[in-house]
Amino acid sequence: MRKNNLISIVVIIGLIFAASIWYGRNNGLLPIAAGDEAMLYDGLFNTILAIAFGFFLVVEGVLIYSIVKFRRRKGDEADGPAIHENLSLEIAWTAIPTVIVMWVAIYSFDVYTAMQGTQDMSGMAHGGMHQTVAKTERGGMQMSKATLASANTDGTLMAGTLPGGTSDVVAINVSAMQFAWIFNYTDEIATAELHVPVGKKVRLNMTAVDVLHAFWVPQLRIKQDVIPGRETYLEFTPRVVGEYPVVCAELCGSYHGGMRTTMVIDTPEDYATWLKDQQEVASSDPEAIVASRPVAPSVMQMSEQEYLAGKVAQAGVDMHMMQMSH
Amino acid sequence: MTQTLTPPQSSGAMGAEPQKTLWWEFFTFSVDHKIIGIQYLVTSFIFYLVGGLLASIVRAELATPDSDLVDPAFYNSLFTMHGTVMIFLWIVPAVTGGFGNYLIPLMIGARDMAFPRLNAIAFWLTIPAGMLLMSSFFFGPASTGWTAYPPLSILTNEHVGQVVWIGSILLVGTSSILAAVNFIVTIWSMRMPGMDLFSMPLFCWAMMATSVLALLATPVLAGAMVLLGFDLLIGTNFFNPTGGGDPVVYQHLFWFYSHPAVYVMILPVFGIISEVIPPHSRKPIFGYKAIAYSSMMICALGLFVWAHHMFTSGTPDWLRVFFMVATLLVAVPTGIKVFSWVATLWGGKLRLDSPLLFAMGFISTFLIGGLSGVMLGSAPIDIHVHDTYFVVAHFHYVLFGGSVFGIYAGLYHWFPKMTGRMLNEFWGKVHFVLTFIGMHLTFGPMHILGLQGMPRRVAQYDPQFAPINVICTIGAFVLAISTVPFVINAVYSWFKGEQAPDNPWDALTLEWTTSSPPIPHNWVNDPVLSTGPYDYGEEYREARQEAAIASQSAA
Repeated sequence: MRKNNLISIVVIIGLIFAASIWYGRNNGLLPIAAGDEAMLYDGLFNTILAIAFGFFLVVEGVLIYSIVKFRRRKGDEADGPAIHENLSLEIAWTAIPTVIVMWVAIYSFDVYTAMQGTQDMSGMAHGGMHQTVAKTERGGMQMSKATLASANTDGTLMAGTLPGGTSDVVAINVSAMQFAWIFNYTDEIATAELHVPVGKKVRLNMTAVDVLHAFWVPQLRIKQDVIPGRETYLEFTPRVVGEYPVVCAELCGSYHGGMRTTMVIDTPEDYATWLKDQQEVASSDPEAIVASRPVAPSVMQMSEQEYLAGKVAQAGVDMHMMQMSH
Repeated sequence: MTQTLTPPQSSGAMGAEPQKTLWWEFFTFSVDHKIIGIQYLVTSFIFYLVGGLLASIVRAELATPDSDLVDPAFYNSLFTMHGTVMIFLWIVPAVTGGFGNYLIPLMIGARDMAFPRLNAIAFWLTIPAGMLLMSSFFFGPASTGWTAYPPLSILTNEHVGQVVWIGSILLVGTSSILAAVNFIVTIWSMRMPGMDLFSMPLFCWAMMATSVLALLATPVLAGAMVLLGFDLLIGTNFFNPTGGGDPVVYQHLFWFYSHPAVYVMILPVFGIISEVIPPHSRKPIFGYKAIAYSSMMICALGLFVWAHHMFTSGTPDWLRVFFMVATLLVAVPTGIKVFSWVATLWGGKLRLDSPLLFAMGFISTFLIGGLSGVMLGSAPIDIHVHDTYFVVAHFHYVLFGGSVFGIYAGLYHWFPKMTGRMLNEFWGKVHFVLTFIGMHLTFGPMHILGLQGMPRRVAQYDPQFAPINVICTIGAFVLAISTVPFVINAVYSWFKGEQAPDNPWDALTLEWTTSSPPIPHNWVNDPVLSTGPYDYGEEYREARQEAAIASQSAA
């Protein structure tokens, strides 16, 4: 009898393990992963989901079993057994989850550092304290374990470089306003659609002109609030050619739901062609250049620039609303 | 028969005759904790219906991808008011003010709360708060989300609505602080002789933890509201970047309260579940001390996890790591509770009537919210799903599947005590089934929406999400309908229901030793502590019988 019980418990635990691992691998809950960071993310997500699914099965299983097995039968007025506690069981269900969540924390930290690159230096960028912040953050990096250092190499190097400096990184200035995104490639090129070349590291230097917004591309699994009065960053490496939505994820007003655009991951050739076309459009239409200036503000001189940009934003809103009414 | 354990019903327990409160007394500045408790419960339930109506309009709008039912600005007001009403005027007042006031003095053998007048003031503050908030529908209600992040909340078009919103939050916040002081003092110093901290019912532990949290965190919210009000009204620049203010500082202040607020909304419900499961499964609570300590642990940890709402706000690296670890650790005490409840059920004699159905429903749905909470606690996971429908799904599993299910479990369990009438069991089961189905239909698919790329707080969305949104909307309507059997059952039973005995569930906590409903000041003679609060089980049968006889003769 006891032996049978033991066997069935082992079998059930085995089945739960198998089901959890299967579900972790085959949940199909996430959209396609279009960047390097997204691939890291999916590994972490699927692992944590598998663990959560295991716990789900255990607890729901016991609940359903209890309803069937322990429901009071008609006429049975007796009480159950007076069991108050079981120390080893309680230690087990305290210790095991503790170990699991700590492991999840370490794994998450690992993935987090690998995904973030320099993006986290935006953290303390209060207004003009930009350079100091970069240094502090570099110091902060040493907190991370040696095994993670390699993942940070790019980031650490980047921390000292000013936006738009090196050729290895495609730096784009992003300006968010009610209810549109504007992407500035150079002083001349300002577009409403984001184009990035596949396989190259992209860096978005983002600021908002009015209220909070958030830049989110679900297929990249990255998101960063865009904040008026300070610059935030996002770095990613696009990997899969295609068109993806850019979504504003922070409530920004009435037409928040309409604040969407497209991110196109181009092949390097397409990207070069597209950039050239934009250049031509810009030079043939001086108006566009004027419009683009205020939305590429330097971090240092915010307030006046912002004032100007606010004016532009007003115009932007009107245009957008008009599109909306169709 | 366990019937023999309880004193004969006709004489009334311990000599007390059941005393019905006249209807108009509920509209007075009564200082009786039981009247105040019912005032809180009924008022907050009315606001629950209001909040539910707002949610139904939101879901109706979302049945199609276009913004075509209501004006987009008004849509933002709808979800803003929905969140505000549900949190500040339904769950918080119902679980603390309602159940806390009604039960704490009865459970610890006290005649009333420590500060009865303060108690009444705390309740009567919520009435103008609610009126104020509702009145803003006449001049454009706040539309910046229940979080009211600046600069949007400063630049908003619904200027007056936002100010009224702030005023309303300040009033309920004050009410919450007053109530917290009252609970702490009452639980600490008004326990009957012989009742030490570890022979209190677990609901008292939960209320202790809740009140400490509310007392420490609510003043910070009040501060944030005052500063935001200054920015709005007199043009200061605390949070306005154009004047050198910092909008992220507001987020810290706001979440310093508003994450603990989540525990304020769930800890008392944990307490309710710990009270409902033992008598209905006829077993002692499993691991009393572990459950008691885990409430305190959640209270302590709960104060240090707020910035997990700000993983994408541009918080420093070390801060994100700290808050990630602290957040994940909350899973441990929460897990202890869930496992302990399940172990309590195991091997019991489950009386699957409405209180236990809702309690088990609570465990099964709250579990999902807890597990998705662990996923959200992981910073990189959160960055993708932050401000999406995944988060909406998560907190509705916690607050609806958790708090609301727990409130229903508590209402079905204590309704006979509060009113002296039994609720209809058949309609209770119908209510449970509809609520359970509606809940999963509404909020389950939202997990997928969020992961796939649908942000929250939008009136228009990518058409690819339309089919899933239709399912959610149908679910919401099922939920709306599910309240009908409950409301009818409750109203009808209150007046015409079957007379309830003093102790219909053969439960052992002290509130069941007095009449249903209890007399003013609760007992004729001093209550007698004759058994532990959870001494169920065959082994204690004789001891319980002796105790029952002893307390009867004492009366």
